[in-house]
Amino acid sequence: MHHFRYLRKIRIYALLSLAGVFSTDVSMAATPSVEELWRIIQQQQATIDSLEERLAQTDKQAADTAEAVAATADVVDEVVRQESTEPVDAQVAQQSYGTRFSRGMRDGGRTVLGGYGELHYNNLTDSNDTVGGDDSVERTDYHRFILFVGHNFTDDLRFFSELEVEHSLTGTGSPGEVELEQAWLEYDINNEHRIRAGLDILPIGLLNTTHEPNTFFGVERNRVETEIIPSTWWEAGLGANGEVMPGWNYDVVLHSGLRTPTSGGSAFRPRSGRLKVAEADFQALALTGRLRYTGIAGLEVAVSGQYQSDITGTADNFEIDAFLVESHIDYRHASGLGLRALIAHWDLSADNGLVPASVGADTLDGWYIEPSYRFNVSDYTLGDIGVFLRYSVWDERNGVTPFRYQEFDQFAIGLNWWPHRNVAVKFDYQWEDADGDVDALRDGFNLGFGYQF
Amino acid sequence: MKGLFTNGCILALLLFMALTGQVHGREDYLSPEEFLQQAFDGRTALRNKIWIKGDLKKTVTEILGHELNLLRLSYWELDGRTAWILEEIGKEEFITIGFVVYANRIEQMEVLAFRESRGWEIRYPFFKDQFRGAGLQLNENQLDRKVDGITGATLSVSAATRLARLALVLHDFVQSDDAK
Repeated sequence: MHHFRYLRKIRIYALLSLAGVFSTDVSMAATPSVEELWRIIQQQQATIDSLEERLAQTDKQAADTAEAVAATADVVDEVVRQESTEPVDAQVAQQSYGTRFSRGMRDGGRTVLGGYGELHYNNLTDSNDTVGGDDSVERTDYHRFILFVGHNFTDDLRFFSELEVEHSLTGTGSPGEVELEQAWLEYDINNEHRIRAGLDILPIGLLNTTHEPNTFFGVERNRVETEIIPSTWWEAGLGANGEVMPGWNYDVVLHSGLRTPTSGGSAFRPRSGRLKVAEADFQALALTGRLRYTGIAGLEVAVSGQYQSDITGTADNFEIDAFLVESHIDYRHASGLGLRALIAHWDLSADNGLVPASVGADTLDGWYIEPSYRFNVSDYTLGDIGVFLRYSVWDERNGVTPFRYQEFDQFAIGLNWWPHRNVAVKFDYQWEDADGDVDALRDGFNLGFGYQF
Repeated sequence: MKGLFTNGCILALLLFMALTGQVHGREDYLSPEEFLQQAFDGRTALRNKIWIKGDLKKTVTEILGHELNLLRLSYWELDGRTAWILEEIGKEEFITIGFVVYANRIEQMEVLAFRESRGWEIRYPFFKDQFRGAGLQLNENQLDRKVDGITGATLSVSAATRLARLALVLHDFVQSDDAK
């Protein structure tokens, strides 16, 4: 810039000098001779030549400066890119299209960090407090705080983990737990198929695989997917996933099984059979498979099946094999209308005098349907609001003597407000009922927020 | 029964490994060169770089929800048509998407690379065709249409939508006097 300013000044001085020469000649002196004019012209020409040369030099310097700035920008971009990716080989750097990972990571890897969490307030009154005491709840609870860490060793080999603190405080006498919810290695066989080994959530239901709080309606997870599909449900296993054709996806996992109690108030309860891969002894093998169709935008239809070769574990003298079948639909239209519906069913066999049917556990069923509508408020400045209704029916322990499973149902209505796509503030109201005598029927409201990043 | 089940499962897994075909790892769906060939019908487009600064930087940050961390972005231009190769994280991994923009409308969207564990459906026509013809709302950096998502891949869909908005904003910028 200085060069241009200097050049402009020189030009102005030259013009003024020229004007001065002529004005002086006109006003103060006699008409110059041809020789004098020729000398003046030669002097001016020399000045112009000199100025043109300096202008060319300045142009070249300006071009060099622009080139140097661009080169510096390239270097800065490359440093940023390398800081983000760890070592990037030179060939990749040269081929970069100005984006970060346009040619993949190659060796060197990259570590990613994320998480989610949810804070809940429950104000629920036990409408059946004459049976089994008053089970009303008025509770504030930082229900889940999760950090996930993933690492890509190469483009094809990665590690992923989720570490969770439940109920905020852990230790003797405290309500919370620290749990390793996922820790697996995955390898891409090719673009269509992957194998995965480690501690992983099972591919059953909607919430077990996708349970970040901003992705579902309701403060608490629905009862069907906590009692019948005991979400969050993880096991140690080896499996594969991928797509068999466009829109058709599969999962198959061979994994550790449940070990449910065989007596007491939680006998045969799937949720009580999760050992969470924590020094988990005497588990039989289980196999889970899922077929999922996502070939229409906004739609997921899936069916899952699981076989437990001995749901009570191998330490006893009973072989109670069990089947779980689950199916769901999730449709979210661009208009904001949405529908979720899910059904799940357990079948437990009897063996050697141990009969789940004696407490109503030979079959355990649950289903729910959840229409919803999500819309934007105030031209994107206030985010989205969604409203939903949910009706759920499920089998659960009655909590009284004599113990058996009873059918419960719940009607819930509520709303989510997403001030940001990854943050949700939630409110819902619920009413519960049951077919027979049960300990607790909780009616009231829940309030909370959740996030993921 | 249990022994038979265990052996059967292990055999089935081994059979699966054998039947899954070639083991060569993951590859990009489309190379940048192939994308540009498609974008300009094999003709050579001029490669330019755009400085991300000033108001443009603010807009880019607003759309992405974070800073770009790049001083300049490459793009290709021919006869008023621009092509952009952009990247954004879905849940954990970068998704690489190419956009072709003409007359402030998206002509083409192609997923060059997808590295997330879920949501690879975004590369199929049923999803990406939703962006064909999309523009920006007047005075807003939002798409002029709603896009149907993919269950379980909300963040990947959101990333694709953000990149579509970004491509439209960048095209508008380089076509306007501001960039000159």
